[in-house]
Amino acid sequence: MTTPASRKLWLGYGLAMIWLFVLLWPLMGIKPEGLEFAESFAVWARVAAAAAILLAFWQAKQHGFLDAALLPAQAASALLARAAGRVPTWIWLALLAAAMVVFPFLTERYAHDVAISVLVYICLGLGLNVVVGLAGLLDLGYIAFYGVGAYTYALLSVHYGLSFWLCLPISGAFSALAGCIIGYPTLRMRGDYLAIVTLGFGEIVRIVLNNWMKLTNGPNGILGIKTPDAYWWKDGAFTHIWLSSLEQLYFVVLGLAVSTVVAVYRLNHSRIGRAFEAVREDQTAAELMGVNTLGIKLLAYALGAVLGGLAGAFFAARMRFVSPESFTFIESAMVLAMVVLGGMGSIPGVVLGALALVALPEAFRGFELYRMFVFGGVMAVMMLFRPKGLWPAKRMGARSEERD
Amino acid sequence: MEVFLQQLVNGITLGGVYALVALGYTMVYGIIQLINFAHGEIFAAGGYMGVILISWMVAQGYPPFVCLGVALALAMGYCALLAMAVEKLVYKPLRSSSRLSVLLSALGMSIFLQNGLMLTQGVYDRAYPGEMVQGGFEIGGAMVSYMQVVIVGVTVFLLVALNGLVFRTRIGKAMRATAQDKTMSALVGINASRIISLTFAIGAALACAAGIMVGMYYGSVRYDMGFVLGVKAFSAAVLGGIGNITGAMLGGLVIGIIEVFAAGYISSEYKDVFAFIILIAVLYFRPTGIMGENVDDTRV
Amino acid sequence: MGAPILELRHVSAAYGRIKAIKDISLVVHPGEVVSIIGANGAGKSTTLMSICGVLPISGGEVYYDGRRIDGLAADLLPSQGLCQVPEGRRIFPRLTVEENLDMGAFFRRDKAAIEHDKNRVFQLFPILLERRRQHGGTLSGGEQQMLAMGRALMSRPRLLLLDEPSLGLAPLIVQQIFRIIREINEVDGVTVVLVEQNANLALQASTRGYVLETGSVILQDEARALLANPDIRKAYLGE
Repeated sequence: MTTPASRKLWLGYGLAMIWLFVLLWPLMGIKPEGLEFAESFAVWARVAAAAAILLAFWQAKQHGFLDAALLPAQAASALLARAAGRVPTWIWLALLAAAMVVFPFLTERYAHDVAISVLVYICLGLGLNVVVGLAGLLDLGYIAFYGVGAYTYALLSVHYGLSFWLCLPISGAFSALAGCIIGYPTLRMRGDYLAIVTLGFGEIVRIVLNNWMKLTNGPNGILGIKTPDAYWWKDGAFTHIWLSSLEQLYFVVLGLAVSTVVAVYRLNHSRIGRAFEAVREDQTAAELMGVNTLGIKLLAYALGAVLGGLAGAFFAARMRFVSPESFTFIESAMVLAMVVLGGMGSIPGVVLGALALVALPEAFRGFELYRMFVFGGVMAVMMLFRPKGLWPAKRMGARSEERD
Repeated sequence: MEVFLQQLVNGITLGGVYALVALGYTMVYGIIQLINFAHGEIFAAGGYMGVILISWMVAQGYPPFVCLGVALALAMGYCALLAMAVEKLVYKPLRSSSRLSVLLSALGMSIFLQNGLMLTQGVYDRAYPGEMVQGGFEIGGAMVSYMQVVIVGVTVFLLVALNGLVFRTRIGKAMRATAQDKTMSALVGINASRIISLTFAIGAALACAAGIMVGMYYGSVRYDMGFVLGVKAFSAAVLGGIGNITGAMLGGLVIGIIEVFAAGYISSEYKDVFAFIILIAVLYFRPTGIMGENVDDTRV
Repeated sequence: MGAPILELRHVSAAYGRIKAIKDISLVVHPGEVVSIIGANGAGKSTTLMSICGVLPISGGEVYYDGRRIDGLAADLLPSQGLCQVPEGRRIFPRLTVEENLDMGAFFRRDKAAIEHDKNRVFQLFPILLERRRQHGGTLSGGEQQMLAMGRALMSRPRLLLLDEPSLGLAPLIVQQIFRIIREINEVDGVTVVLVEQNANLALQASTRGYVLETGSVILQDEARALLANPDIRKAYLGE
């Protein structure tokens, strides 16, 4: 452990910790009443200890000290993976479907609530995944389409009493329209400009929702939105009922999420899906092969918007209330974090990402405040250690921008 | 006319602040082609450092201008260290990764820092000590507060100092050389990593000064104030032609003035929208910015 | 002859998985002009980039002035007197001519001597004096080549690596450039490694030469002998 490389590592660690303290202490320790060290030192010591342990582990792994423990574990997990691979995929899917169906009957209201949130975010994540993962367009204003969908249904429901099922496609269509309006002028731009412009558009939509009092009732939001309805066999006849209980809503959004998964899966393996990937990997080459790149990008953008809009309509129906507060940049960042964490372009990845970002914090409710703090850090560090996400997509090559 | 003049004074004050923040975006973009999303948070951190240091010093009974000067210097150093830490930790290891990866990690860093500020400083506004700089004078019906004079004075001083640094000194030349050709600058003996670090540090110091100014001007700071201002400042950088230092200064002024006038004459609810619209319009119609591509004397 | 100023022992380097040079060994003694000739893609520029530490080598050793330099960062070498004028000249386009020259002396602190060297460069290339306030990017190809060489000289090199100095230049300018290369070598005592596609020109200016083919040295000899070698004449001198 005393090789020059190791010495350099620990020296770097020491410097980094001093640096960290210099950054941390002024924020926590300087108060008008006086200077204080205990609190910041406690936080710092914890971070330093955690970093030291991680570093020691990493070094032990580098030197092969952990091989005795790691190698059998690796072998075992490989064996397990092979065994799992031998079971046909449809069995896994059937098991999963069964679990999804019985889930509400085995759990409490609270779990239903979380599950609905997870499923809504899965829809959103899959929509953004089409834009970011498949077509490689970084969209930081994606939540705007969610908002457009939600407000479309909210307004149609409150003013005209239209049914959820009728409004669902209308919400999708309005979001697609919004996607085209925003996409047309912006999609010619280079990747990083696109990011900031979509961020700008996202904010514009939110500001408009906040200030167009006549239409949206501003920050007070819209109340009294109807939940989805259905005709149900009851007492020997079909009767009209409102799907307002959490279990019923769970099944509605489950249906929506499953349809979204199927749609994105089909898209992934279609001719258009390949065109998306071609545009992502090498725009010039795609153009030379006869792909209408602007059209394809616009299509990806609009499709993503449609999925966001559908999720938004459901969100409005479930909350029975919408306000601009639900459509802030932080929400966009959340959805993006799911896609990135899960694995860009990968459907199971997005599902995993949504679970990790919505369900996991529920398990650690005491740490609510730390949620975004941790996600931000994880997102930044993730790019260093696992840029392709937790469950990477199978086909992911180099991006065309990588080489310039 | 009086209203017009008043708006102009306010616009220039605000624009100077935007210019200071825009410089950080433009310099970093010029040298490593990265939209440093975390830059807005550095600005907010600067605002907080200002309030922390000034409050403490005022409580110790130092005179206001000493407080301001010392706080400015210390906070700028602090933000420079913060930005360098971010750069070393996240951006540097990603130098050869895809653009999207770096952009995403920049975004992650921005969220991380913003929430870090929230965790240490709370979710509520934090007020600057009120008695710092008071009073003002009148020119042609427009009220100019001494606070505005201080802000514009500090801004102009920093802008001139930066111009001198970038265009007159050996290090400034090395910065421009590195931005233009990294391999070649290594071949003449320039350590690109150090220059990039320095660029982050300088940009952060300027943003920090802007944060303190904004804090004093509006009287308080908030943990998420870096987000909208960051986008506006980035718009300013794009407006001036990204990578162009003089352009960023001009762009900042233009955005500040337009925002104040739009808020005064069109609608104050939509004042944040105008910067975004300018950004989109510039990128759509004239991606090289108002200075154009031929005027590249002042590009980094 | 004394100790070599530059020595490559079995150097290999690769771009990703593609091996660009394999097992290259070469020696340069102080005061020599050594040319490396070969076809496009033979690995000439890669060799120079490996020497300078821009491209990390995957095998072998590089010695400069008796010390091992492979693994050192590229930016540490100019101050040791090892300097390269890369292919395509790579002038800083938005720095003025004078600023470009200043960049050549970036690591130096001796102001008076820098001023002296700048005057020497202006004496070698009078056109640069005329254009000193102009941006590097606005110069013609020949002027850029002169600026690139001037910039390299500003670091007071002991060993100068020149990559394709004749590329894309009019014959008259090429002659001028080569005359100056000889002058730098003879008057200032700078050792020169010359990479060229124009083998005839390069060998005439050199003491010795190496011939590269698909990443390996296939032949080395006195320049005069290479010029007389019928195989070389056929393959590289267009006969």
